[in-house]
Amino acid sequence: MSSDTKKVLFGPIVDNNPIALQVLGVCSALAVTSSMANALVMTIAVMLVTGFSNFFISLVRNHIPSSVRIIVQMAIIASLVIVVDQVLKAFSYQLSKELSVFIGLIITNCIVMGRAEAFAMKEKPGVSFLDGIGNGLGYGAVLMIVAFFRELFGFGEIFGIEVFKLVQNDGWYQGNGLLVLPFSSFFIIGLIIWAVRQWKPEQVEKD
Amino acid sequence: MSSNKETPIKTIGFVFLVCLVCAALVSVAAISLKPLQQANKLLDKQTKILEASGLLEKAGTDIVGTYNKYVVAKMIDLDSGKIIEGNTDIFDERADARNAAKSSKLTNDTAGINRRANNAVVYLVNNEQGQLNTLVLPIVGSGLWDLMYGYVGLAPDLNTVRSLIYSDLKETPGLGAEVLNPKWKALWPGKKMYNDSGEVVIKVIKGGAKAGDIHGVDALSGATLTSNGVQNTLHFWLGEQGYGPFITKFRSVASKGGLN
Repeated sequence: MSSDTKKVLFGPIVDNNPIALQVLGVCSALAVTSSMANALVMTIAVMLVTGFSNFFISLVRNHIPSSVRIIVQMAIIASLVIVVDQVLKAFSYQLSKELSVFIGLIITNCIVMGRAEAFAMKEKPGVSFLDGIGNGLGYGAVLMIVAFFRELFGFGEIFGIEVFKLVQNDGWYQGNGLLVLPFSSFFIIGLIIWAVRQWKPEQVEKD
Repeated sequence: MSSNKETPIKTIGFVFLVCLVCAALVSVAAISLKPLQQANKLLDKQTKILEASGLLEKAGTDIVGTYNKYVVAKMIDLDSGKIIEGNTDIFDERADARNAAKSSKLTNDTAGINRRANNAVVYLVNNEQGQLNTLVLPIVGSGLWDLMYGYVGLAPDLNTVRSLIYSDLKETPGLGAEVLNPKWKALWPGKKMYNDSGEVVIKVIKGGAKAGDIHGVDALSGATLTSNGVQNTLHFWLGEQGYGPFITKFRSVASKGGLN
């Protein structure tokens, strides 16, 4: 793998993370992070949608009339999201029951649109596809970290497997009520952004 | 961005083409995956009904086989309580409840469902000898955030609770969604829905039911509105506006020995 490809694919995980640096897609990161299983499925779904929407948009980038480019991008993204939702309903019914609403909302996820507009409209299909997958990975990395803390300290579980025995199941651990609620993700994402910027001070915006 | 010159015709043509391709993609996906999706939906429903009748462990991985062996679905008319003809496989309570021709607006809407479908499907779950073991009734009512769909399983006396299983809800995780907690579900079996004069008296009690209270179940802590929702749902569906007429008919038929 050449260093360029690597940069496109893995750069978004830390160096150019869509949530931590670009601050895109925070909205859905709140909703789906109550359990790690949900976060994982959402990660895969977003990764596929960003990857393929980047690919298809890049494929037709020289033909898209600039006056209607946003709407054309939306049409492509929306179709892909519906396909992902249908596939999920067919192969993982339980998860689709929990995630269906949020899968539909991938359409409005700023990461997909942002990457299509900022990257796929200028670059070749292959590298655009990798950029999409990479940004999906970066989104997923943050999602998984947030979900890890929320599920572990909110429900005492990891991937649904009991780690701390909860009081309501005759255990000792009192679940953290704050972490159960979606907005607690704001705090965790804030801490992640702080941690990353301590590690990589060049990400700090200049005043 | 485009090197070509833009003309309105070209723009419209391009948009039309994109729409065509996208529409084709979506339709192919939707149609080719439909059989799998329907099978999943049915399997999910059958699993819940077996769970409500306590047969889930026995069924193991053979959900469909066990379901077909023990469960008989019957369509009923809720107002008269009579069993009627109808295809129980394609009956969709949610679609019917939205259809003005197939539902009625409630005047005393205690469950918070606005419209109630005229018909319902009930599930008679038999034992090995082919006698009624559990009657599974689908229920729906408002929780805190949205409607909660579930099933209540009744013993052959149509009074003793076998189970209360929720299958679809959007309550707060850790609070209202604890109705799915096995420990809370375990509080239900053995409770009685009706008192001696036939009124629905099942109660979800904040602060905990007294030991030995056969009509009372502990409310969920931190989820008063969900708990109230559960109680209202049960009162509605077991009462006159719900399965009341059917249960009365069913009892009188059973007492004459005409059942099964």
